[in-house]
Amino acid sequence: MNSIIKQAAVLFLLMTLLTGVLYPALITGIAQIAFPRQANGSLIMEGKSIKGSRLIGQPFSDPRYFWGRLSTTSPFPYNSAASSGSNEGALNPNLKQRSQERVNALKQSYTENNRPIPVDLITASASGLDPHITPAAAYYQVPRVAKARRIKEEKVKQLVDRLIENRQFGFLGEPRVNTLLLNQELDRLN
Amino acid sequence: MKKTITHNRTLYQQAIKESFFKLAPSKMARNPVMFVVEVGSVSTTLLWFQALMSQGDAPAGFIGAIALWLWFTALFANFSEALAEGRGKAQAESLRQMKQQAPAKKLKRAWRKEGSKPTENDWTQVSSTDLRKGDFYLVEEGDTIPADGEIVEGIASVDESAVTGESAPVIREAGGDRSAITGGTRVLSDWLIAEVTSNPGDGFLDRMIHMVEGAKRQKTPNEIALNILLAGFTIIFLTVCATLLPFSIFSANASQQGEPIALTSLMALLICLIPTTIGGLLSAIGIAGMDRLIRRNVIATSGRAVEAAGDVDTLLLDKTGTITLGNRQAVEFIPVNGTPIEELARCAMLASLADETPEGKSIIALAKEEYGIQESLLSAEESNPMEFIPFTAQTRMSGVNLLGHIIRKGAPDTMIAHIQSQGGTASDFLKEVIDKIARSGGTPLVVAKNGQTLGAIHLKDVVKGGMRERFAQLRRMGIKTVMITGDNPLTAAAIAAEAGVDDFLAQATPETKLKLIREYQQGGRLVAMTGDGTNDAPALAQADVAVAMNSGTQPAREAANMVDLDSNPTKLIEIVEIGKQLLMTRGSLTTFSIANDAAKYFAIIPAAFAPIYPQLGSLNFMGLTNPILSAVIFNALIIVVLIPLALRGVPYRPLSAAELLRNNLLIYGLGGLIVPFIGIKGIDLVLSLF
Amino acid sequence: MTIVSWIQIGLYMVALVAFTKPLGMFMARVYQGERTWLHPLLSPLEQFLYRMANIKAEDEMDWKTYAKAALVLNLFGLLMVYALQRLQFMLPFNPAHMLAVPADSAFNTAVSFASNTNWQGYGGETTMSYLTQMFGLGVQNFLSAATGMAVLAAFIRGFAREQSQSLGNFWADLTRTVLYILLPLSLTLSLALVSQGVVQSLQPAQTASLMQPVTDEDGSKIGHQTLPLGPAASQIAIKQLGTNGGGFFNTNSSHPFENPTPLSNFLQMLAILLIPSALCYTFGSMVKDTRQGWAIWLSMTLIFVGALSLTLWAEQQGNPVLSGMGADQQAGLWQSGGNMEGKETRFGIANSALWATATTAASNGSVNSMHDSYTPLGGLGPLWLIQLGEIVFGGVGSGLYGMLVFAIIAVFIAGLMVGRAPEYLGKKIEVFEIKMASLVALIPVLTILGGTAAALLLYAGIRSIQDPGPHGISEVLYAFSSAGNNNGSAFAGLNANTPFYNVTLGLAMLAGRYWIILPVLAIAGSLAAKKRSPVSLGTLPTHTPLFIGWLVGVVVMVGALSFFPALALGPIVEHLMLK
Repeated sequence: MNSIIKQAAVLFLLMTLLTGVLYPALITGIAQIAFPRQANGSLIMEGKSIKGSRLIGQPFSDPRYFWGRLSTTSPFPYNSAASSGSNEGALNPNLKQRSQERVNALKQSYTENNRPIPVDLITASASGLDPHITPAAAYYQVPRVAKARRIKEEKVKQLVDRLIENRQFGFLGEPRVNTLLLNQELDRLN
Repeated sequence: MKKTITHNRTLYQQAIKESFFKLAPSKMARNPVMFVVEVGSVSTTLLWFQALMSQGDAPAGFIGAIALWLWFTALFANFSEALAEGRGKAQAESLRQMKQQAPAKKLKRAWRKEGSKPTENDWTQVSSTDLRKGDFYLVEEGDTIPADGEIVEGIASVDESAVTGESAPVIREAGGDRSAITGGTRVLSDWLIAEVTSNPGDGFLDRMIHMVEGAKRQKTPNEIALNILLAGFTIIFLTVCATLLPFSIFSANASQQGEPIALTSLMALLICLIPTTIGGLLSAIGIAGMDRLIRRNVIATSGRAVEAAGDVDTLLLDKTGTITLGNRQAVEFIPVNGTPIEELARCAMLASLADETPEGKSIIALAKEEYGIQESLLSAEESNPMEFIPFTAQTRMSGVNLLGHIIRKGAPDTMIAHIQSQGGTASDFLKEVIDKIARSGGTPLVVAKNGQTLGAIHLKDVVKGGMRERFAQLRRMGIKTVMITGDNPLTAAAIAAEAGVDDFLAQATPETKLKLIREYQQGGRLVAMTGDGTNDAPALAQADVAVAMNSGTQPAREAANMVDLDSNPTKLIEIVEIGKQLLMTRGSLTTFSIANDAAKYFAIIPAAFAPIYPQLGSLNFMGLTNPILSAVIFNALIIVVLIPLALRGVPYRPLSAAELLRNNLLIYGLGGLIVPFIGIKGIDLVLSLF
Repeated sequence: MTIVSWIQIGLYMVALVAFTKPLGMFMARVYQGERTWLHPLLSPLEQFLYRMANIKAEDEMDWKTYAKAALVLNLFGLLMVYALQRLQFMLPFNPAHMLAVPADSAFNTAVSFASNTNWQGYGGETTMSYLTQMFGLGVQNFLSAATGMAVLAAFIRGFAREQSQSLGNFWADLTRTVLYILLPLSLTLSLALVSQGVVQSLQPAQTASLMQPVTDEDGSKIGHQTLPLGPAASQIAIKQLGTNGGGFFNTNSSHPFENPTPLSNFLQMLAILLIPSALCYTFGSMVKDTRQGWAIWLSMTLIFVGALSLTLWAEQQGNPVLSGMGADQQAGLWQSGGNMEGKETRFGIANSALWATATTAASNGSVNSMHDSYTPLGGLGPLWLIQLGEIVFGGVGSGLYGMLVFAIIAVFIAGLMVGRAPEYLGKKIEVFEIKMASLVALIPVLTILGGTAAALLLYAGIRSIQDPGPHGISEVLYAFSSAGNNNGSAFAGLNANTPFYNVTLGLAMLAGRYWIILPVLAIAGSLAAKKRSPVSLGTLPTHTPLFIGWLVGVVVMVGALSFFPALALGPIVEHLMLK
């Protein structure tokens, strides 16, 4: 038994060095050389200032912007320091209330739109940081954004079309639009 | 022993009585599943009293009905066991009757083995119960043999019908393979001196009574394993039901309606879920398996052996008596040196006239039937004095001296030596003929007259009818058959091919037999064999399943784990089938029992929780009005319905494992899923009439 | 369900099958001590490790010694993770100045990572220092996985060997697993993930400005977002490959930094089942009958596909409550539709359902969507897969040995049904094996139902429940199912970071791991000592469709019978209420 404990202790320490230090260090080294942009958070830079990450969504409630998924991070939506989903079950009254509020907000911001609302617009994402909405949700918002910005719907729609990311290799994942990039492009339109 | 006692009214009455006695907790505790049933019955009965006295957790009528049927469940299970035991008991009773105390003539210490029959001065009269291992006793005409023994002197005819049911007396003598005598049997003529081989209470008859009664029945390994698995299931369902109470309390609070599940419903659910069907029938199946062996006149010394029999994948079968008819038959005369065939036939017949062996008789029969040699033709010679020369170990041939002619027949090597000593020669053609006969699996005999070779007689082993098919069946079951014979390899190969066995051991000796068994076992095989001689004992002890012939010696019977009272070597195959049937019945009923649970859930869960969640009512697609009671009644009645199956065993057909599994899964697996839906619905319909 | 959904699922299964044989063969070589193409590179390192630790790889251990070695090593891991958490505030590599983790949570996490559960009561980016993540959690990701695989190797040897008293050398099995299997695969996967945008950096978190400032719950204005970084990719690779599942970030693989693209998602999903699936082949290869390995693989796949179909269908149906308020949940050209609550747009329904099924079939427990927000039947699939005992692929090593224990039970009953003393792969299944197998089968039921019942009776248990009605039972049931079977995923609405849940779930995890390992090794020891019976027509074949169906039947039946009442009061009645 004594020899087992000794062997275990030494092996454990060596494994800790190997898998806890050498392995991550090796990967970090290679990653920083081979994929520096991706390894450091796919940041969107404007000069020296960080305008966000291509991968992390931001909160939007202004009618002039495309709105993203609901976020239930705390203490404010899209708090990327504390990712979280709502974790509410299908029958949860909070879920119903939150979705209803988003429905109402969408309806109020553009009363003319009576089409059914794409479901991703009224549901919270898993991470609370989802940067994407479906193309359907983007098209749904085109008239409102155009009206709020007083530009032609067609122009906004073209922008959306351009920013649709298709399925990877044509079959992986779902088609989607990055709201942060889209809104940044929108701002550049004006 | 071969009495039918199934339809015995008193048997049933006895079993019903027994099933109540068996409710004693100490007895129920042996079977964890049924013990839970009893605990459930007691608690629901208490709940019923509570409901009668004051406020119960459900209507008193409902609780009472559930309690009643839970008691029935326990009773039905006990009944099945009692019924199975009862059959054995009846047999044990008849055995015991002849095992009364008998006077014994114990030989004094001073008596010496050698010499003639002891006189009255040599023995003292004692009771059979005073005899101990190592004592010697004398039995004379008309005496009942007081204890199992090994004959040391004498020869006698013995009536063993008490043990075997066979009324014809058998010869027992010192030395050789027929030297064991059984206490309780009776000497018909002559006298014997025997050494006691078992103490009172340990005798063959005693063990037989024990086995038959099932009193000291020990659980077999597979039965123990199954019991553990069933206990595992029981613990799972206990946990399911015990935790259901907190679940339902929480649910009632959450939905703000209804009450937590009633204890009675919980108890009913528990008893329905635990595998009561197999749990209740398990010991009946085991006892019945033993009973089926006894009906075939086989006594197993342990249940383990019966179970192992189902597992055997290699059968060592003695050629003689098992595969072939015991005796060789003459089938052809082959003359050599231009001898007319009639002359050969005539001489062969003459040489066999005094030969009382079946072979000798078959030679005469062949000569008469095929070659028309009439005894009348012999009459000329008959008037002359014939001097018959019997077969002796020294000469190893037999024949007749007639009118100065020396006619002999015998095994080829002996005969060739004889011919050469008489100045004759054995032609190459003769050797060819001899060889040919041997190669075809026959035994050649050579006939000579005055030192001149006349020809050969072809004695053939006759394979019993139907053996080929039987072995093919065994092969399909994955059982390998090996023929054991003292013949030379050539002959053995030919007979093996004719009989269709998979392998053979030629020129077998006790040592080679033992070695063969060890080799097979080393390869992971389970070996069964039969034997009767003392020299078989080591091999019998080594084999996994060893069946001794009752006519065999005491050492052989001691070494074996089964004794065939009929002394029929073919019995081994039946024993294997019984072993398999035993396992199959257990497995099939286990599957059936567990599969039943699906329907019971669909009956009980919606009913138990509908007050809390009315939505669950949509799971009650059977549309039951008394779902819980119906399920409980079904659960109890199915035991009764299956008792005949448990006692008879699942029908056995010689198929491969894959085919057997498919069939049994369809019947007991799929059937087990469907039957309870129909059964519960049916019971519910009946209940709704009241 | 759209055609593209099925194409993606089909592709996933094809990729899984394609890797099963080559990787399985490779692992068989590793466990049989044969040379592989990695030996020239890694063998010196292996020998160095043995020399330092004074290990002789060819010294064989009997089952008790093997078990002791495994337990001692796991104990070291448990103590290390506990100590690191308690002391991280005074240790280096703590740029965010994380405080000491409370004792109950630290216990829970230590057990969780030692037992390959990787249940996370804490939020990764807000609790653990980089040192704790790397030295503690990262190391355990390797060692707990390797422990499971080593035990499996020993278990397979129980079948492969004849009349042997020993099962191999634990140290060698563990070291080889890490060196030749886990490290090379993790290396490859982590670099692929970084290329997709998974972060791998030792820098502290970055601050980005928000385009549209927001107010927080207290009403103060927020104009910035903190972007957490860290050595995530290296840990994510092994957490997927080693069926660990403990995420670097709180929301695990739904977090865009942890799983940014459909390709990273596909690779991570593949990594979940990669080793458990290939181990089936390893098993077949080591017992010299690959058909046996494929039979087990197929049994697992059948249950997997069944559960996947249920979840996929249920999630695609969407939530009737949302339909009522005018939501469009139809799948179409521009959206996947369905129940999108708790799901990421880039993954949609198909990839979320597929992940949820894979991660609960395997005892991985990583998530790319929030299982708590699934429709009742959609959540039933994952929950029930866990409850089966994590044997449908299951944890690396542990899943297969769990399934083989069920095969032993199935063989036992089937063996009786054909009138033969049951045998599996030529080994007789007798009283001892059944006793041990029953222990293994019992444990999920006892911990799951017992734990849930206790929680539902106690205020400490009830007050952590988030959702009202039957969903509350589902949340607690899921927590104990997950812990008791070392999965690690959660119906995360339940606030499990309380002393009550940290302790009870910790105990459930301990039981679920080590209560199983011991009887499993005991069975292996007993089997190894036995002779092998030759195969004949009387032997029950265990590679035929009939047996596969029977094994599936036994697993499903035991799972259904054990949990039907609990599920009836949870997801099933919830579904009926939702209709």
